[in-house]
Amino acid sequence: METKQYINGYCVIENNSVTVNGQQVLNTPGLAFPEFAKQAYQLADAGYPKFFKMDNLSKLAFLAAGLLLKDEVEDGKDNNIALLFANSSSSLDTDTKFQEQINDRDNYYPSPAVFVYTLPNICMGEISIRYKLYTENTFFIFAHFNAEFFAGYAAVLLAANKAEKVLCGWVEFYKDSYKAFIYIVSHEGSTEHTADNITKLYHT
Amino acid sequence: MEAQSRLAHIMKTTNVYIAGTNCITPLGFDVESNVLNILNGNSGIRLYTNTKLLATPFHAGIVDDDKLEAAFTQAGSSRAYTRLEKMMILALKPIITRPVADGRSVLIVSTTKGNITAIAGIDNVSPDAYLGQLAENISGYFGFTTQPVVVSNACVSGILAVSVAKRLLQSGMYDNAFVVSGDEVTEFVLSGFSSFQAMSDEPCKPYSAHRNGVTLGEAAAAALITTDKEGAIARITGDSSINDANHISGPSRTGEGLYRSVTNALNETGVKPEEVDYISAHGTATVFNDEMEAIAFNRAGLAQVSLNSFKGYYGHTLGASGLLEAVIGLESMKQNRLFASLGYDEPGVSQRISVITGNSSKTINYFLKTASGFGGCNTAVLFKKIADGN
Repeated sequence: METKQYINGYCVIENNSVTVNGQQVLNTPGLAFPEFAKQAYQLADAGYPKFFKMDNLSKLAFLAAGLLLKDEVEDGKDNNIALLFANSSSSLDTDTKFQEQINDRDNYYPSPAVFVYTLPNICMGEISIRYKLYTENTFFIFAHFNAEFFAGYAAVLLAANKAEKVLCGWVEFYKDSYKAFIYIVSHEGSTEHTADNITKLYHT
Repeated sequence: MEAQSRLAHIMKTTNVYIAGTNCITPLGFDVESNVLNILNGNSGIRLYTNTKLLATPFHAGIVDDDKLEAAFTQAGSSRAYTRLEKMMILALKPIITRPVADGRSVLIVSTTKGNITAIAGIDNVSPDAYLGQLAENISGYFGFTTQPVVVSNACVSGILAVSVAKRLLQSGMYDNAFVVSGDEVTEFVLSGFSSFQAMSDEPCKPYSAHRNGVTLGEAAAAALITTDKEGAIARITGDSSINDANHISGPSRTGEGLYRSVTNALNETGVKPEEVDYISAHGTATVFNDEMEAIAFNRAGLAQVSLNSFKGYYGHTLGASGLLEAVIGLESMKQNRLFASLGYDEPGVSQRISVITGNSSKTINYFLKTASGFGGCNTAVLFKKIADGN
């Protein structure tokens, strides 16, 4: 018998707008990302002041994940939700900022607070800490959004009992361009977790 | 009870093996020369004075440019590759002994920083700085027809890629995965680790009372992971990568993520902690990392298991370290020989662990590889020896 997987909820953040399960919940045209992120943070009701120290990629991933996890994670329970994340430009947005700190030998000031964010998987660490997820974490890089891989690997995580649910996330941030598309997959639901359905939701 | 899904059944019944390995390091450009140097207690770590990389002298394990160029010229290619790509191609070349354009083979590239030097000093980053491009460059060299998979998950990347390969193969998506891991010693990472004040002023001393930080290193390592048992060294029997959920740059004080990862890998295999014969641990020689590992291994019932860190030979080769150290650990298992944990002298962690103090003989049937990294990540992979005719 084939057991299918289903998409339980999704969140898209791009162009100063936040959409949860197809409903726009925030739209603030014209704001710079940090200002927009501050407003989205109120919405996510995350209670995690370290948010304001994060780099752009972590803020983006944390917000999109938080909007889904706030109704998903139960306190005091072992919430076995794996994190399966990917993007195209890794942590290049922060890498270039760190590089600027070391380019000029007469003005050399590498900051550990910046350096720590020169890894794409740090955003999963932030999410894991906030929602107490002692779970499988992997960060992949693909040249372009890869719905087939998300569909395949999430199914593998569930079939191998590595997790009960999987939080899949495409979180891309480089210079002024960003997009987060995060969704939850489990064995139950109505929207089947297929590459076609994932692609459809990604483009909404 | 719900009927087991077809995929779950396939995953349970498909065995995955590691069949070929190689590495490019300061200690040699094949596994044999690396092991010989390790047996002789030779370290690849030197003191460098290179103000282009760091204003002050530093210890590191660096691959010699001339040797690399000579080896790559021999390998032959018409197009230009970056230094890291050359290391990765040379690591993969001898293990690619079967056709890769069959649609059933995948290239898995794992790296922490990839071609990070491609972002230095210019306004727009070079396409090579993109890890997807790096993977395409390697993939194109060998003629893979499937899309490469890149794993970039801090310092567990290399061993995590082995775990990812195992799962993809178990699910039937591919028959062969060629995993390559590589990272370089660059101005970028040297500046970062020294800004953290995490660098040792002498070659690193994992688990020692006198340890005071990491030594950085560079390497490329490669492995063929396959569902074909023919010629296999070991079976990959269990794997897990659990986050600490504790701190983005500090190890957990309870070793929670590593403890859970190790326990999961053992449970998946169905072995007890005392059946593990050898652990190639992470052992970066920072005060907190090594202490965290000691706590996690004790919680997992592994205090008595012989353990080493290869960082004293190579330094911390970042994303490459997990695969490089698995490759050398598999040689330990093949030869039934434990390699000394170089740099270790007096115990320097609060709980007892069994650090290997000298080369010695030991039958190794189960070998555990672990790694931990920034972002709270941990990975454990358990290997079981393939005995002849078994």
